[in-house]
Amino acid sequence: MADVLEKKEEAKDLLVDKQPKEPLFSKKNRKLLNDPLNDNNPITVQVLGICSALAITVKLYPALVMSISVLFVMAAGNVIVSLMRNFIPNRIRIIVQLVVVASLVALVDQVLKAFVYDVSKELSVFVGLIITNCIIMGRLEAFALGNTVWKSFLDGIGNAFGYAWILLAVSFFRELLGSGTLFGFQVVPDAWYLANGGFYSNNGFMLLPPMALITVGIIIWVQRARNTKLIEE
Amino acid sequence: MDVNKNSYTFLFATAMVVVVAASLSFAATNLKPFQDTNVEQEKMQSILSSIQIQVERSEAPEAYGTYIKEAIVLQEGVAVNGQDAFAIDLAKEIRKSDEDRLSPLYIADKDGETYYIIPLQGNGLWGPIWGYVSLKQDINTVYGATFDHKAETPGLGAEINTPVFEEQFKGKRMLDSNLTFVGIDVRKGDASTEYQVDGISGGTITSDGVEAMILDCVKEYVPFLKEHSGKTATAVLISE
Amino acid sequence: MQELVNLFVKAIFVDNMIFAYFLGMCSYLAVSKKVSTAVGLGIAVIFVLTITVPVNFLLENYILREGALSWLSPAFVEVDLSFLSFILFIAVIASMVQLVEMTVEKFSPGLYNALGIFLPLIAVNCAILGGSLFMQERNFIGITEATVFGFGSGIGWFLAIVAIAAIREKIQYSNVPAPLKGLGITFIVTGLMGIAFMSFMGIKL
Repeated sequence: MADVLEKKEEAKDLLVDKQPKEPLFSKKNRKLLNDPLNDNNPITVQVLGICSALAITVKLYPALVMSISVLFVMAAGNVIVSLMRNFIPNRIRIIVQLVVVASLVALVDQVLKAFVYDVSKELSVFVGLIITNCIIMGRLEAFALGNTVWKSFLDGIGNAFGYAWILLAVSFFRELLGSGTLFGFQVVPDAWYLANGGFYSNNGFMLLPPMALITVGIIIWVQRARNTKLIEE
Repeated sequence: MDVNKNSYTFLFATAMVVVVAASLSFAATNLKPFQDTNVEQEKMQSILSSIQIQVERSEAPEAYGTYIKEAIVLQEGVAVNGQDAFAIDLAKEIRKSDEDRLSPLYIADKDGETYYIIPLQGNGLWGPIWGYVSLKQDINTVYGATFDHKAETPGLGAEINTPVFEEQFKGKRMLDSNLTFVGIDVRKGDASTEYQVDGISGGTITSDGVEAMILDCVKEYVPFLKEHSGKTATAVLISE
Repeated sequence: MQELVNLFVKAIFVDNMIFAYFLGMCSYLAVSKKVSTAVGLGIAVIFVLTITVPVNFLLENYILREGALSWLSPAFVEVDLSFLSFILFIAVIASMVQLVEMTVEKFSPGLYNALGIFLPLIAVNCAILGGSLFMQERNFIGITEATVFGFGSGIGWFLAIVAIAAIREKIQYSNVPAPLKGLGITFIVTGLMGIAFMSFMGIKL
């Protein structure tokens, strides 16, 4: 009897040994980071998290602050939920995830109010809306609940970057064409403007909400034209 | 350990609530001083902006010290002691009865000229609007005005904090030829006299809010200012 | 009364949750392939918004905001719990959705069959939390305003999703460039609808 047990133990040890230790940035882990940037982009492919994103893409700077906030909430939320994944009672898991995200967002909101006051005024309710940003809940539920901490962390970072580049791309075009500035710096030469005898004027239309949607539509168009496997039937 | 037992679920939920509440209150208490400083500096910045001094928020306290010579508090048109003008929350004061209402007044000195800065507070379409208006020594002519809002519709009511709207107030008058307080009429696009400015098209309710706010707040100061500035008020008017 | 009508119309058309603030876009895009399902989700949103906005209004005014606790004891005048508002709002929304689901199931199985599958989706619909956050930001005077605002926003959202679903049903027969099919064209059409809705901004009430 003791023999059998010992053998079992040995077998277990062997099993553990056989499993090769995965390098931190193995191919699989790199995929977690890269995929959301293009093939599995949260906004343009998974159609998640558009809600809180588009209203703040009039200027680059608030969009950047928003991206960083989402990056933080996403990575920290994924890590926390992944750490707790074996302890969360199944029945209340959605509420637990909501509470984790909501407290992280409340924290971000307080920090923004303390250190980047002007931007926090501009973002107003949209910081709070990170809570219901479907990307975050989606990744917590679909990934962090079933994966190790490091993987969940990478997944969070990857998806947050996928979200961020769309946000920054949209706000780049809207700020450039709408206000002639980038990060608040004038880039269109002053002499070009009609008022100064030039030929150019800003397209005020770009600043209005509908243009955010149309810009995203065009980004999707370009992305899918280059990456034909994403085309919908 | 069975994580799906009722008792465990209950314990887990309780523990989570305690941890979350504790960490959030810790963060909130620690960050509060920074947030308060921001709000304070922004207030100084707006006060200065009404006498046409534009500074960065971080430089506001220094400039405030340079230009604002005196801050007094009025109650029923009389200066009262023992009140900190800067700390008064106007949003609360405008709801009080006329006898209890406290009105802060800032007196600025810029290039040898004295200006009276009157804080304003009222309601727009979606929420509170507020601002500061500065009067020249004749307590009649507006030297500058600045407005802000909490939640007006972008592109419409929210336009009240743009220079285009604020600049219009410069040189407008608050008292008619009998030196009676009349305020400033915010009109729909046909402002012509020195008692009128153009409102925001599409932002009628917000524009009306600005007009009502000026009427409501400035009236508290008129008797005091007339007295304080002595005969200057009358003199200037008659000479013109 | 006139002000309430005013608020109602504004909430539906001028400050439309979808076209002006992009709230609830995820479910708007995911559940708008057929008109019938869009109607179901739309009604569920109206339902939940009309309930959660006033409930959160009470929470905000009697517990959370600075001095709100003074009805308990004058000593609490200085207490400011607003840093807890996100958590409490979302908790109220999640539990209200659960409650509505159970009530509807018990008393109206027909309605439950129609709405049932959509209700759980709604807890994470940004339009719902957005409604409560706008309520907080805009300082409504009374619970009537808050209710009217919630109801109006819900109707605005309903209109938007039903309209886009109808358009998507038709657009299937159109010759859309391949990379634009599906998501891309939906975004662009929503943008165009938003431009159309902007013409409501001029209305004077």
